[in-house]
Amino acid sequence: MAGKSNVTERLVNGIIKENPTFVLTLGMCPTLAVTTSAMNGLGMGLTTAAVLALSNMIISLMRNIIPNKVRIPAFIVIIASFVTVVELLLKAYLPSLNDALGVYIPLIVVNCIILGRAESYAYFNSPIPSLFDGVGMGLGFSIALTLIGGFRELLGVGEVFGYRVMPESYTPIGIFVLAPGAFFVLATLTAVQNYIKISGAKKGKDTSKIGSGCSEDCMNCGEKGCGKRFYDTTEATVELDKKDVKEEN
Amino acid sequence: MSEEMKMYKVSSNPHVRSKVSTNGIMMMVVLALMPATGFGIYNFGIRALFHVLITVGSAVLTEFVFGLIRKKQTISDLSAVVTGLLLALNLPVSAPLWIGAMGSVFAILVVKMLFGGLGQNFMNPALAARCFLLISFPALMTDFTCDAYTGATPLAALKAGGVVNVTDMIIGKTAGTIGETSMIAIVFGACVLIMAGIIDLKIPGSYIVSFAIFVLVFGGRGFDLQYMSAQLSGGGLMLGAFFMATDYVTRPITGKGQIVFGIFLGIMTGIFRIFGPSAEGVSYAIILGNIVTPLIEKFTMPVPFGGKVGAKNGK
Repeated sequence: MAGKSNVTERLVNGIIKENPTFVLTLGMCPTLAVTTSAMNGLGMGLTTAAVLALSNMIISLMRNIIPNKVRIPAFIVIIASFVTVVELLLKAYLPSLNDALGVYIPLIVVNCIILGRAESYAYFNSPIPSLFDGVGMGLGFSIALTLIGGFRELLGVGEVFGYRVMPESYTPIGIFVLAPGAFFVLATLTAVQNYIKISGAKKGKDTSKIGSGCSEDCMNCGEKGCGKRFYDTTEATVELDKKDVKEEN
Repeated sequence: MSEEMKMYKVSSNPHVRSKVSTNGIMMMVVLALMPATGFGIYNFGIRALFHVLITVGSAVLTEFVFGLIRKKQTISDLSAVVTGLLLALNLPVSAPLWIGAMGSVFAILVVKMLFGGLGQNFMNPALAARCFLLISFPALMTDFTCDAYTGATPLAALKAGGVVNVTDMIIGKTAGTIGETSMIAIVFGACVLIMAGIIDLKIPGSYIVSFAIFVLVFGGRGFDLQYMSAQLSGGGLMLGAFFMATDYVTRPITGKGQIVFGIFLGIMTGIFRIFGPSAEGVSYAIILGNIVTPLIEKFTMPVPFGGKVGAKNGK
């Protein structure tokens, strides 16, 4: 599974095909709350990406020794350790970003993208693809948050990354830096990316979620009739039971 | 088709048809708004007319362009005209002229058409757009100084503890948004609508009465009838109660529900005006009312004859 093509496939999958914000709509809480400016979006995205990549790799390394029944607490402990590391680093080296993101840094622990990737990918795959799955997902998240933050800052303040873009006569539309603006921008960007995907699919481009064969990512796989599918009620238990048996042995 | 065949023609319901049409009702609403619009233009000058024209024009244009994209034209039902007109009446005359156009685009495109067009919008488009503008441009939307009037609106003066002239407020010779100042003009238009059977008094009546009681009880000025009448005739209360809270799409459909809706609006408006930081709260109250409308309908659904009282509705 750890072929080179698999690594690039994971990256493309995370950034475009299964973009955590626009396609999976995971991690909405930080997406809506901290993207008041492009800088905040980028900071939040990269912080999450770092935690995601490292926790994915560690969980993948430990997947054979974590008992199935307590896997969620084990994941949370691993994720929380990395969040603490990242939080302390931010406090030490980027205090302004830390102040801007506030409580949302510790809340990365409960970001459902991270737990979701651990559950659906890292726990079933080897470390290198898992690491790149985390990097891809994290980059996808960062790009989405930066885009949302950029548009909100552009319309709500007239600047992007703190640089004046709009002419002086532009009256900032204040609602875009408030909570409703986050919803407007997120919905519009999701609609735009769906439009691009649909028109791409009409031209014969492959826009399905999993591009290159089976990656055992059944949780997010569109192939409903797949024989290897594990998370449909019956087969999910079979797959998990197998793990249980292995542990007991 | 022979006479005999006509007699036995079988069709599905509805069998009783009414000549009332959407654009007929909307036309009546536009006509009923004319006194308030006319007074606004007389009171605030020609700039008010520009506001009305630009806002209505851009509302209709937005609906037209959306219709072109969807290949289904709906501008002939005149609802865009009503939305644009109501929004224009909610703008302060000194606001820049583009603000109405931006509000119209938001009202028609985001609040109405994206949710499926007339009948599917969960909020009153004009009010949603007013709130959008109020949050986006708080300074521009609350600046009521113009050639005719300087200084605060009567409600702001009341909030600051000042004294206001209630007679002027009833006639409408005060600062405020274009269409909200004249109580007489609004009530005249509302009477036309009530007599035409387009709206009834359930919502406006329960709204105004509950608001009046709320002001008397919680106003902090004791049993002060002058204060109460100033609160009633000031701000957007009359315009909101008669023309916006009664919007067919966003009000509850059950009779009991409409009274609950009116009381809810009255209490919310009272809370916003007396305890909130702003002097006005009609638009936020009605929008909140729009959001709880499905809930009100759920609890006030009438029991069919012979049905169980307290049985679960809709399941």
